[in-house]
Amino acid sequence: MKVQIDSKLCQGHGRCYDLAPDLFGEDDEGYATLTPLTADGNVPDGREGDTRLAAANCPESAVLVFEEAVNDRR
Amino acid sequence: MTVDDRFTEDFRSKEPQEDLGVRSEVVTGPVSDWTTDFSHFEEEYGERAIEIWDDLRGRCPVARTERFGGAWLPTRYEDVQAIAYDTEHFTSRAIIVSNYRPPLDLAPVGGVPPISSDPPFHHDARKLLLPAFTKANVAKQAITTEAYCHSLIDGLAGRDVVDAATEYAMHIPMRVISDMLGFPPEDGPKFAEFVESALEGANGTPEERQESGAQLFDYLLEQIRDHIANPREDLTTYLINAELYGQKLEPQHVAGTMALLLIAGIDTTWSAIGSSLWHLAKNPEDRKRLVEDPSLRPAAVEEFLRVYAPVTMARLVKEDVELGGVEMKKEDWVLLPFPAANRDPERFEDADKVIIDRQVNRHAAFGLGIHRCVGSHLARMELRVALEVWLDRIPEFSLVEDEPTRWSVGQIRGPRALPMRIG
Repeated sequence: MKVQIDSKLCQGHGRCYDLAPDLFGEDDEGYATLTPLTADGNVPDGREGDTRLAAANCPESAVLVFEEAVNDRR
Repeated sequence: MTVDDRFTEDFRSKEPQEDLGVRSEVVTGPVSDWTTDFSHFEEEYGERAIEIWDDLRGRCPVARTERFGGAWLPTRYEDVQAIAYDTEHFTSRAIIVSNYRPPLDLAPVGGVPPISSDPPFHHDARKLLLPAFTKANVAKQAITTEAYCHSLIDGLAGRDVVDAATEYAMHIPMRVISDMLGFPPEDGPKFAEFVESALEGANGTPEERQESGAQLFDYLLEQIRDHIANPREDLTTYLINAELYGQKLEPQHVAGTMALLLIAGIDTTWSAIGSSLWHLAKNPEDRKRLVEDPSLRPAAVEEFLRVYAPVTMARLVKEDVELGGVEMKKEDWVLLPFPAANRDPERFEDADKVIIDRQVNRHAAFGLGIHRCVGSHLARMELRVALEVWLDRIPEFSLVEDEPTRWSVGQIRGPRALPMRIG
């Protein structure tokens, strides 16, 4: 599974880093970031559920989850 | 240090004159038909807002009123979201519906930036505030907030019946924001007056509004001058020294942002804490679950924010636009009832049920788009701490029969009197 933050959509609600603080973080202005665990865009094995939950709770739908690790995406 | 002369004169003499805006007639009295004559200032709205939104959503769904010189009330999530995202057709030049539309040239700054600002200025004004309000930074205040909540509960010792709204909920955001701004904590009663006249009093005459606004800005000017004389580590000194585009902020910007932080920081969080306690007093099963299992509390806080979202924002129509099946005309008011959006069954499963362990909860209590509440992390911290301390200290509580809860009117919804039997 892959994950990205769409920085054009993120408004800093922080639901992702509330729910999964090791998978998502905040920058100096409160906007969401990936963390060392997710920085390469890959969701660690076993953490797919937490990632989906973070995405499902984002009011701006700014957490983008790609269920299949597709090589040609981006 | 150079002398800061921005605040030596009363900077308001440079503000646009009140008569440059457009006034409308003050209309009060019972609503004849909620689809064509709504008013969020009538007692009925305070008591029945949730039923009114549900009813309108089912059969309208964008209500109209000729009060306030013409206003709209959408009730579907989709419409509220579309308006919040559309800064081309809707301006934030005024965000509280009243009988006075400020002059067009107040945009893009507005009276209380950045909530009253439009792009592109909005982004730059907002950027000044964001670092102070990150989750990491507001977490530093959790310990003092918790201690303060305990001291409030200590003060209720020996009592059977208390008012959870005015003896607990109200004081928490007042103390937190006055600490952040560096205002004397004993000025709380003044803050309560400022908040009430700014929000619940918004349907007054423009003269009354101007008078109460002047009192608020007199107070802020006094605080600013005190901070210029005695700078300290707080948001007031920060704003006095802050720069935008290589220059210190306009004096109106400094005072306007302070007004925003004071007013928006108090009424909203007070309402959220009160509504949550009201729910738990009425629903002993939910209360017992949260008392016994603290791990449920974070999800419960989000559910209370969804169903009892305190904040309805407003916009003015910038250009004629069709939305939700109605033709909105330039300078019409438009309310953004986030709590109504949060109860839209098109967006939420079992939207009308309070499910304290709801897992998927994409609510819009803090708004959507560029104006996401800048204090949302602070509000969440306060709400979480306030509920934790109350539940741990007062696990048994219920509403008092024959002493009704009184709900606010206007754009911020929450209990203003909440008689509670404790212990």
